[in-house]
Amino acid sequence: MTMRERGLAVMGQRDVANPKLQVREATKVYPTASGDLVAIDRCTLDVHAGEIVSIVGPSGCGKTTLLWSMSGLHGLTSGEVLLDGKKITGPSPEIGMVFQDANLLPWRNLRSNILFPFEIKREKPDHDWIAKLTNRVGLEGFDARMPRELSGGMQQRAALVRALSFKPSVLLMDEPFGALDAFTREEMNHLVEEIYLDTKTTIVLITHSIEEAIFLSDRIIVMSPRPGRIAKEYKVPFERPRSFEIMATKEVFDLTNAIKADIVGAQVSKSRSAVRPAVYAAH
Amino acid sequence: MSGSDAIPEFNKSKSGGSGEVGVTNMSAMTSGPGIQSLREVIAIVLVAVVVIGGTELLLNLFQVPQYIMPAPSLIFMALITEFPLIAPHLGHTLVELVSGFSIGACIGLILAAVITQFPFAEKIITPYVLLLVTTPMLALVPLLILRFGFGYTPRIIAVALAAGPMVMINAATGFRRVDRGKIALARSYGASTLQIFWKIRAPMALPMILVGLMVGSIFGLLTAVGAEMVGGGFGLGNRLTSYSSMIQMPQFFAVVLILSILGILIYVLFFLIGKKWASWEA
Repeated sequence: MTMRERGLAVMGQRDVANPKLQVREATKVYPTASGDLVAIDRCTLDVHAGEIVSIVGPSGCGKTTLLWSMSGLHGLTSGEVLLDGKKITGPSPEIGMVFQDANLLPWRNLRSNILFPFEIKREKPDHDWIAKLTNRVGLEGFDARMPRELSGGMQQRAALVRALSFKPSVLLMDEPFGALDAFTREEMNHLVEEIYLDTKTTIVLITHSIEEAIFLSDRIIVMSPRPGRIAKEYKVPFERPRSFEIMATKEVFDLTNAIKADIVGAQVSKSRSAVRPAVYAAH
Repeated sequence: MSGSDAIPEFNKSKSGGSGEVGVTNMSAMTSGPGIQSLREVIAIVLVAVVVIGGTELLLNLFQVPQYIMPAPSLIFMALITEFPLIAPHLGHTLVELVSGFSIGACIGLILAAVITQFPFAEKIITPYVLLLVTTPMLALVPLLILRFGFGYTPRIIAVALAAGPMVMINAATGFRRVDRGKIALARSYGASTLQIFWKIRAPMALPMILVGLMVGSIFGLLTAVGAEMVGGGFGLGNRLTSYSSMIQMPQFFAVVLILSILGILIYVLFFLIGKKWASWEA
């Protein structure tokens, strides 16, 4: 992050001319036995430095496909993703990923899991920074524990530390807290916001929880059912740090309903056209 | 031992690899019977004393002739007095087992690692490997002796042929357990194919590899002893045929006892390795 970007982020403004991540007409088609499956269709999206953007949408709308394209984990059929103006062709050290479920390696202890990125990159870890992160998420003293000895929340915290350990400027989170109970989830949301306020890392978050999206995001992108297109965008105007009390306000209530209507509406109209009962699982 | 007798289903966790056909499960090794308290120790010793002592008593009581079943005390005496004579043969069997198993296991492991990367090649090769697993390699020993004589060579080949496919088929099951998420994780840090193999695929396959090594080495032991019984003048199998033809039953059973101990030691070895390196799976 340059001085200029940092300054802008602190001032609560964004360098709109130079987005951190640009998704341009991203289309991904999976060939299947029963014909081509269009997972995402001409998605265009800018994410600015120091912004938290959530992507919500019905199951199977291509959210994960879109995120994986941003991370360079897989290519696009057409279109491109630019990071700092440069086209992404593969995984980048600027990008940290947090996966669905914690995705820790079960044969390694916590410490060794957190240091795994450095082992792959053959780099020296910044032990001070990692110690700071570990303390921040409350995992100090658990270094020697194996993943199966940790609760789901602790595992996901470790995954968060691992993703931030090499100081990426962008954090991509793929339904990171979907498997956690509601309380742990709220706790994790607070933690993400705290870390965000500390580091000003740009975050793109995929979630099934509209609440989570509203609590964390500056903007919420709603995707339509397959083929996944960007249907709508909402700005979330609340000041940070946020408290969960805002979740009880009328603004949030209205916003939640609007987003729900977008998702369910799209789902219902699609199901009707396909003469199928609407099966909707948002949570 | 009811927990270990059964062939448990392979633990299908999140990996969800298709068609996992584990011959046995790591849990048979990692969650084997562990001695927990003094009471258990006492019970185990007590039962052993009753079984062995009871056998001794019954054999004496019914005056069972030695050539049918020698008393445990006689077997034990034979083990001690004959051991210097048996020891070199134990050495020969170990040489055959260790060298044959090493060769077979190395080839099996390498084949498994390579083959699983090419699903098409795997489909073609698997039936032949299955054939090798299911055919008792002992059947080939007469032929091997004809070709290679009565030395180590035919036995080592037989052991390798018995152990290798067993190692391969289990290791292949391990290597097939692809966890897309974990591979994506490594790739997101820019891991190379080689790094993914050593840091993700190999550790994930390790529990199944250990199962293959254990089963393979036991199969190797069986084949080594069997091959020694078919022909050649040395090895524990040769001792078995020799002692039984001379109706030296205490000596015969002493050799059987040595073989049992050898088998148990192999099991314990892999049990300990599994406990150290594959306990995360249990």
